[in-house]
Amino acid sequence: MSTTSLMPSSESDIRDLLISETEGLHIAGGQSRLRATEEKVISTCALTGIVEYEPGALTMVAKAGTPLSIINETLQKENQQLAFEPPEYKHILNLLGHSTIGGVFATNASGSRRIQVGAARDHLLGVRFIDGLGRVVKNGGRVMKNVTGYDLVKLMAGSWGTLGIITEVSFKVLPIAETQVTLQIASREASILTRAMNTPYDVSGTFYDVASGFAYIRIEGFDKSVKYRMQQLLKEFSDFEIDIFDAEESKKFWSDVNNLAFLKNMQGDLWRISVRPTDGIQIIKKLDPKASYLDWSGGLVWLRVEEGFNVREKMQKMSGHAMCLSGSFNQFHPISTIEKTMSTSIRKKFDPKMLFNQQVLN
Amino acid sequence: MYLTDPNPKILAKKSELVRKLLSFLPRDAVIDDPHETLAYECDALSAYRCPPMVAVLPSTTEEVAKILKICWDLDVPVVPRGSGTSLAGGALPTGDSLVLGVARMNDTLEVDYPNRLIRVQTGRTNLSVTGEVESDGFFYAPDPSSQLACAISGNIAMNSGGAHCLKYGVTSNNLLGVKMVTMQGEIIDLGGSQLDASGYDLLGLICGSEGQLGIVTEATLRILHKPEGALPVLIGYNDSEVAGQCVSDIIKAGVLPVAIEFMDRPCIRATDAFSHAGYPDCEALLIIEVEGSEIEIEEQLAKIIEIANRHSPVELRRAKNSDEANRIWLGRKSAFGAMGQINDYMCLDGTIPVSKLPFVLKRISEMSKEFGLDVGNVFHAGDGNMHPLILYNANKPGDLETCEAFGAEILKLCVEVGGCLTGEHGVGIEKRDLMQIQYSADDLEAQMSIKDVFDPKWLLNPTKVFPLDVSAQRRGDASQETAA
Ligand SMILES: Cc1cc2nc3c(=O)[nH]c(=O)nc-3n(C[C@H](O)[C@H](O)[C@@H](O)COP(=O)(O)OP(=O)(O)OC[C@H]3O[C@@H](n4cnc5c(N)ncnc54)[C@H](O)[C@@H]3O)c2cc1C
Ligand SMILES: Cc1cc2nc3c(=O)[nH]c(=O)nc-3n(C[C@H](O)[C@H](O)[C@H](O)COP(=O)(O)OP(=O)(O)OC[C@H]3O[C@@H](n4cnc5c(N)ncnc54)[C@H](O)[C@@H]3O)c2cc1C
Repeated sequence: MSTTSLMPSSESDIRDLLISETEGLHIAGGQSRLRATEEKVISTCALTGIVEYEPGALTMVAKAGTPLSIINETLQKENQQLAFEPPEYKHILNLLGHSTIGGVFATNASGSRRIQVGAARDHLLGVRFIDGLGRVVKNGGRVMKNVTGYDLVKLMAGSWGTLGIITEVSFKVLPIAETQVTLQIASREASILTRAMNTPYDVSGTFYDVASGFAYIRIEGFDKSVKYRMQQLLKEFSDFEIDIFDAEESKKFWSDVNNLAFLKNMQGDLWRISVRPTDGIQIIKKLDPKASYLDWSGGLVWLRVEEGFNVREKMQKMSGHAMCLSGSFNQFHPISTIEKTMSTSIRKKFDPKMLFNQQVLN
Repeated sequence: MYLTDPNPKILAKKSELVRKLLSFLPRDAVIDDPHETLAYECDALSAYRCPPMVAVLPSTTEEVAKILKICWDLDVPVVPRGSGTSLAGGALPTGDSLVLGVARMNDTLEVDYPNRLIRVQTGRTNLSVTGEVESDGFFYAPDPSSQLACAISGNIAMNSGGAHCLKYGVTSNNLLGVKMVTMQGEIIDLGGSQLDASGYDLLGLICGSEGQLGIVTEATLRILHKPEGALPVLIGYNDSEVAGQCVSDIIKAGVLPVAIEFMDRPCIRATDAFSHAGYPDCEALLIIEVEGSEIEIEEQLAKIIEIANRHSPVELRRAKNSDEANRIWLGRKSAFGAMGQINDYMCLDGTIPVSKLPFVLKRISEMSKEFGLDVGNVFHAGDGNMHPLILYNANKPGDLETCEAFGAEILKLCVEVGGCLTGEHGVGIEKRDLMQIQYSADDLEAQMSIKDVFDPKWLLNPTKVFPLDVSAQRRGDASQETAA
């Protein structure tokens, strides 16, 4: 398919473009995710730059096309970070691009620290976007607490480019912890993850490797505090065989988790299931996949299954949803009829000409 | 402030409405006697009052669905109500409306510790949710100061937060799912017990929608294990700029306290006279609380104190035990009561970027002289959420109007420096006519188009949030349309 790429560099360019546009458009961030699904691509690659950064207020404002790597580098200089740990799937999906900050929020991409600090959507404070009629809309702001009017910020987070082109995002950042450790616990039961979450020790990562039977529990913070909590957890789990990963090993481990390194170089379809934490292991038992891992205290399931195997059929009445990241199934899990009706109406309000990402969320 | 007049066509349907309601609701759940509807005439913005046409107190989601369907068919506007503690007039009725209160729906439906969640009916009060799980070492984090009285339903509608949201976030960050009834009487489940949704984040959209998109009857809330302990430190400065710098330095050093509260001199004086907390008489007072085990508290407080000392405080008092902690908190917790002793007050909640604090405080004190009304400031310094308390005399003609004009100027200032009109209490009727300060016509149109989807006839809490003239056409209010 031959593609045309539009690379507007300002909101007014986008506005002019959209007012006259009649054909379908694919909104592209860094293209680390979707292959272009429409013939015409509108890219945010020329909308870059950090607009404002106040380390003392824990807030940053950036243009949507700013590469995630630039954001991370800038934050690192002040010893701060995007606490929700945006994952990077381009390696596992063999994509060439780079993530943009707009793409991260448009997909609500959240990593292992989700269970402690919330998802990308919980860190997004404000957006500017341009809807399908070329209207420039802002919502939220750059302050941490804001209940002025409806929260369209949450709506835009995870809307996968179906409601408008996000041009600018403002978000909350947090300090990088002084140190961290990870406990590798030999446990035949995945329920050890929820046990760890039910302590007062502020666990910031829980992962379970079903095949090896190892659970991984991360704690982060100031040095004395981490040592103390580690001792408490060792006491709590004194019946188990435990190895301790120091800060360097721990960082490497969680970076692998957030790149899905464990599922690389493997055949089969790749699925991501989000369920009630204690249901995660149940679904694995039902499916008998080729490989499986649990994150988010059990509520996030990563699977490799036989090509063409329909994971959704097996979920039946279980509350939750399955996303197909590679395979022949629709990427997005179907939603209830009433939610679908509402979502379609919202989409028509924001994009009456049906320009954006027609194949997405459908 | 202008309150809308009741629509006589709707008032004429009262007996039909009451008859239909009584066909399935017990007599004591339908309140239509004008003496008794008075109980619902206002919320905590008590300067404005208007009894509704009818109030109903359903006990189940199905009853709520039937009530809404009837109102939908009869075109009767509906005002949802939790405990009526809104400071923005969010639960203020119009004379032609039906107030739907969820106070009788206050059961706990499920407590699930492994999955760290509790499911409740939304009439349950905020504090009683924690009460339900406290003995097992858990708590529900969002803690508005009104938590003893306010209901989860109101918390969700206003996306309420409290002093501890610097660490734990506001309602929206702690809400996993809701059961909601649409104006057409359809029951819908959004979210659930998993940590994200397929499709649009409609749950995120409902939270903070001020009762305008649906009536929330059940909520699944995230609960957390309680920290081992918490202790505050009190720090006094003779310059608010220095206090602001101290907060910024603490945050930059990587310490994340659970609460950073700020009080200015007028507020310190008033609260100290009232509560005898023994606060220093200084320009700016900070109360900073950290959590954890003894070792962890020690480690964090040491860092905070080291930073605070760099800025030469006039007082630095560290709580060593819970008695001393209570003494430090005593004044702050009675701040509103103390100001109320002096006079009537209006409490605003605009948010500003933290770095703009000294400038904003200076401007507020200048404006205080211009308007001739005293003002004290309490402030969640970690997240920029201001609480200017403007004192006025409700019995003095014109004082309320002066106070409102002063308040509007403060909120304009908040927006000008990059903040927002409201960080906690919501827009309601109080700030609806200020919305254009923060939002353009297209911004408001985008928000209103969401209401068009959920409530096409604009019957749910229709006179709130949006400027009356801007929403007039959608509400079918011809008088306002021409006024605009
Ligand atoms: C549940 C989930 C599933 C994921 N699945 C994948 C996956 O299959 N493959 C993968 O590589 N990553 C995936 N990710 C990760 C996520 O896509 C990347 O982390 C994110 O960085 C994408 O950024 P990007 O700039 O590369 O966006 P792109 O890959 O270019 O776009 C991703 C999506 O966001 C939209 N988008 C991007 N920028 C904007 C904008 N400015 N305004 C509006 N919409 C925009 C696009 O239209 C597209 O639908 C997933 C994340 C989550 C949470
Ligand atoms: C002394 C005092 C201190 C306060 N401190 C704080 C604070 O620290 N932080 C803070 O955020 N707020 C604070 N508030 C404001 C207020 O308590 C909150 O807004 C609270 O969430 C309102 O809850 P409620 O149950 O009283 O709701 P109500 O006042 O009854 O209603 C509030 C709004 O919610 C809507 N609503 C109610 N029930 C439903 C439902 N079932 N479905 C849909 N919509 C519904 C109403 O229509 C209305 O718009 C304070 C108020 C007082 C009086």
